Amino acid sequence: MRIRIAHETTYSYAVPARSVIQTLRLTPRNYDGQHVSNWRIDVDQDCRLDAHEDAFGNITHTFSCTGPVQTLTVRVDGLVETSDTAGVVRGAIERFPPGLYLRGTDLTTADGDIRAYAEARHHPADRLSTLHALLDDLARDITFDKDPTHSATTAAEAFALKRGVCQDFAHIFIAAARHLNIPARYVGGYFLHDDGTVDQEAGHAWAEAHVEGLGWVGFDPANGLCPTEQHIRIACGLDYLNAAPIRGSRHGGEGEFLTVKVMVDQASRQVQVQ
Amino acid sequence: MAGAAPIFDEMNLADGAVRPAYETLARWLKTIPTDLLATRSREAEALFRRIGITFAVYGDAASTERLIPFDVIPRVLTNDEWVRLSKGLTQRTRAINAFLGDVYSKREILRAGLVPEDLVYRNPAFRPEMNQQPVPHGIYVMIAGIDIVRVDADTFYVLEDNARTPSGVSYMLENREVMIRLFPELFSQHRVAPVENYTDDLLATMKSVAPRSASSDPTCVLLTPGLFNSAYYEHTFLADKLGVELVEGRDLFVKADVVYMRTTEGPKRVDVIYRRLDDDFLDPLVFRPDSALGVPGIMSAYHAGNVTLANAVGTGVADDKAVYSYMPEIVKFYLGEEPILKNVPTWRCREADELKYVLDNLPELVVKEVHGSGGYGMLIGPKATAAEIELFRHKLAKDPSNFIAQPTLALSTCPTLVEEGVAPRHVDLRPFVLTGRDKVRIVPGGLTRVALKEGSLVVNSSQGGGTKDTWVLDS
Repeated sequence: MRIRIAHETTYSYAVPARSVIQTLRLTPRNYDGQHVSNWRIDVDQDCRLDAHEDAFGNITHTFSCTGPVQTLTVRVDGLVETSDTAGVVRGAIERFPPGLYLRGTDLTTADGDIRAYAEARHHPADRLSTLHALLDDLARDITFDKDPTHSATTAAEAFALKRGVCQDFAHIFIAAARHLNIPARYVGGYFLHDDGTVDQEAGHAWAEAHVEGLGWVGFDPANGLCPTEQHIRIACGLDYLNAAPIRGSRHGGEGEFLTVKVMVDQASRQVQVQ
Repeated sequence: MAGAAPIFDEMNLADGAVRPAYETLARWLKTIPTDLLATRSREAEALFRRIGITFAVYGDAASTERLIPFDVIPRVLTNDEWVRLSKGLTQRTRAINAFLGDVYSKREILRAGLVPEDLVYRNPAFRPEMNQQPVPHGIYVMIAGIDIVRVDADTFYVLEDNARTPSGVSYMLENREVMIRLFPELFSQHRVAPVENYTDDLLATMKSVAPRSASSDPTCVLLTPGLFNSAYYEHTFLADKLGVELVEGRDLFVKADVVYMRTTEGPKRVDVIYRRLDDDFLDPLVFRPDSALGVPGIMSAYHAGNVTLANAVGTGVADDKAVYSYMPEIVKFYLGEEPILKNVPTWRCREADELKYVLDNLPELVVKEVHGSGGYGMLIGPKATAAEIELFRHKLAKDPSNFIAQPTLALSTCPTLVEEGVAPRHVDLRPFVLTGRDKVRIVPGGLTRVALKEGSLVVNSSQGGGTKDTWVLDS
């Protein structure tokens, strides 16, 4: 499937910022389930994008610009060819052995409630069944709701609310899996909706867990399914903070206002022929 | 203390004889009246107050800053003792650097099964962000503080490695200055190896590890978390002695992967940062997003090889108390040498049989949290109440891998001025090991810390310990 992505993030400041610096994780890499045909990032300021590969194998771009900055737009346009791998992630850049992904983080610490929830779904001899039980039940038990949580909400906080966005679903899944000694990680990316909805308010996030014999397998608890050819994988890490599309800092720039426009659409055959 | 070994005093042998290193000092102590020593002691305190050397104790609301007690009787080491110590310190620091280079790249020691993988990967001080990222000249720990204790004439143990931001060197330097002012006659009677070249050594070390892209005269700065840090005085002191700018995060910025300092003449490129700011706070784009103390983008400049951080990021994984117990294996693995300095025998509570031994012998052991520091969160079995021992039994059962245990060591004592006169008190030693691209530099001696309470083994300044001047006698 050919998928076109356009992702525009605009910051505007009531008081112009004196300087802005950001690190972007907005560039996908190839793996068996996806091939990046075309990808570009534009920042509408006078700056240089310095590319690095981070410790998890994600591509980052860091830029800084000197103000006064009234508005700042980061725009991503790309075309990705995907195929369904039943959620199995092969051919991706792996910089760590799975054991690293048992490491706890502040955002993915399992509290007593998450531990009990995980233990109740534990099939000790069958890791895949355990993970599918977590996937199915979290999709049922947690309500998608973008109001009560924010980017710094922990797994435990979201689990107590039984509400959250895809990031919260992923953090809870990761916390539960790690508690059962299953390596698990966070993945940020995009998702093409089935229902023809093209315009979205944000990117997508899910989890991957390590299963002997299969390797890394994706689990998307917000949608209650394993990733398909509708998922575009951008960055991974221990939690959201390692894979966040944009992390930034600024001097001045009080009264920041953020708008995000994400468009994920199936590329037309005509585009393909061109 | 049942069955405890006799305590080794560094001046007086059990038979009443004076050890050779202390002969002159012992004669002097006999002639000087105790009230004159007490007067000198008050003068020393007045000098320290005037200099402004203070130490903030966390969680002590009553006095946010106070003076660390200074003992006017120096501790003396012979040149022979020092030569052996400094060889051992150099060896240990080389091994620590090799270990860090390995766990952040090929991970051979984990593959070899010598150090358990989870001890590294799940260690809070391990920084995955440093994985496969080269550091300038491959040096991670430029400034190490290795805590040494002594139990007899020949045996020195490493109690703890400090590979993050070890503090205390300002006390080593100030103690010597004050001693020279108060007791010039003692210095004319002894050939004491100087320590005041420490800051020159530190600056040479910093310049030697500048990125290859830096000029022949690299710009170094000292990055402090600011006024509210317990060691802020030391930061100002060192920056002043080094002749480098003392900066806070907001004084630096990153542009196009280069770090600059704001100056009145415009931005100035920075090559080497002696940072006394913890990893967590260094860069809000990589670590804690709420940190206002760091420099946004500094990790990107660091990974690009355009700035040196001293010490490197993620060095804490080497000084963790659980990793400590593997240090003899680490020395052998990387250097192919036997460790010159011994570890204190250590039981790893993560291992079931060792845990059982620890639980069976709690009243005799010292139990420490793997990630604790400053003498907090530890159990000293022989001094503990039954209730405290039960509390630790519970803690150990709940989370054994968070603890190690060691025997209660009979730390050596040195003559110390206390209210009742001159009496033996337990001491340790923190030498500072500087690793540059060209060589390892260690000024003779280090900071001696002394437990001022009779019988106390806790020398930490946050727990009522004091300090002494430390002499290495030139032979």
